[in-house]
Amino acid sequence: MSQQLSTKHLLGIENLTLEDIELIFKTADEFKDVINRPIKKVPSLRDITIANVFFENSTRTKLSFELAEKRLSADVINFSSSNSSVKKGETLLDTVNNILSMKVDMIVMRHASPGAPHFLSRHIEANIVNAGDGTHEHPTQALLDTYSIRERLGEVGGKKVAIIGDILHSRVALSNIFALQKLGAEVMVCGPITLLPKHIQSLGVKVELDVRKALEWCDVANILRIQLERQQIKYFPSLREYSLYYGVNKALLDSLNKEITIMHPGPINRGVEINSDVADSDHAIILDQVENGVAVRMAVLYLLASVSK
Amino acid sequence: MERRLLLGQPQLAITISRLCQELIENHENFENTVILGLQPRGIYLAERIRARLEEFTKVKVDLGYLDSTFFRDDFRRRDSPVRANETRIDFLVEGKDVILVDDVFYTGRSVRASLDAMTAFGRPAKVELLALIERKYAHHVPIKPDYIGKQVNTIDSQRVLVEWKGAGVEEDTIWLINTEE
Repeated sequence: MSQQLSTKHLLGIENLTLEDIELIFKTADEFKDVINRPIKKVPSLRDITIANVFFENSTRTKLSFELAEKRLSADVINFSSSNSSVKKGETLLDTVNNILSMKVDMIVMRHASPGAPHFLSRHIEANIVNAGDGTHEHPTQALLDTYSIRERLGEVGGKKVAIIGDILHSRVALSNIFALQKLGAEVMVCGPITLLPKHIQSLGVKVELDVRKALEWCDVANILRIQLERQQIKYFPSLREYSLYYGVNKALLDSLNKEITIMHPGPINRGVEINSDVADSDHAIILDQVENGVAVRMAVLYLLASVSK
Repeated sequence: MERRLLLGQPQLAITISRLCQELIENHENFENTVILGLQPRGIYLAERIRARLEEFTKVKVDLGYLDSTFFRDDFRRRDSPVRANETRIDFLVEGKDVILVDDVFYTGRSVRASLDAMTAFGRPAKVELLALIERKYAHHVPIKPDYIGKQVNTIDSQRVLVEWKGAGVEEDTIWLINTEE
């Protein structure tokens, strides 16, 4: 197995190799052990400074990254655009170059524009971790999702995974499709036709409009939130109607005659895409995903920092 | 590449037995003693030491594997990164007499890192170090093994290769390799 990532930035799953993903998983195994000890901290990144630059709101991802950085003993600075000079008209490159002038080694960035971290990677030296770029990719989420599947089911290869919900606006969906396929899983997307991107079949995924059929097919259902904040037009008549046709509830799962693993990247809209009786059930690994998120992000930061030279 | 035999059989088995006898002298019934094999290669020696001790004393000493990768002081300073290995310690080292076990003692830096890594599992009463091979005159930090199988004089371009049965070879053997002709 390789000891080093093939890239110095984590821009998306699309640019990772299978060996990269396996190395991240193997390293995350050891970090998961570390964060379950009484003393949860290791000194690996003690001479590294990381800036979390968030141009878009985030709770879970930002906390998870910050915790991962602190567990690795990195120095952390936080930036969010809502209270910054971006509001005064500064460009992305200027903002980041100013941060880098303060001798920052790594940038963790979330941005509403797809490709923003790719643009940055062409102009700056620091390692960049994409924490979500618009509707494009969210690589660490896909890594922690597939890591959680591996943990629950033993392996990802050969498993059938259905991604259900708002595929059109989801960066989680695209990154998951890439990660699952690289690891050898079969992928299906399911949602109202208006929320499925055109030509999604060209990625080699199955497409299903009926949520029951999708659930009957899959071993794992990854249920996504309806991203109302990204929807400028109406894609379906009402949330109530969406819930009626695409909401996953216990009665539906009980009628399947099989057990499937339920995932959700959060935040959950209870009663819309998923009901509480499913989200809080033993089949759901939603909180495991959150725990694994810290371990996986520690692995990503650690491995990227080690290829900086 | 030229290689010279440092320890073959039966000398290696005799050395391990002698190291165990030294441990028995100092630890008597091993009531409060635990062994930590240092990843990646010290674990094989640690397994052998424990098995031999059990033959001598009928006591099965607690054994754990300790990985110090995340505690190393050469992160980002090496040409190629070190891969992390499993740490498996099912007990607390708080108040225990710990015997750290490694196959080759060279600069001492990985033992220093291991001492740091161990603090996550408690504060031991006492820590000792056992090394099968000590490379003399090469230490970078003021740390020395308490139990030594064999001391060798080496230069930087030489490497000590320890082959453990079970890791793909017929017999436990230790070689000194010249990497430069």
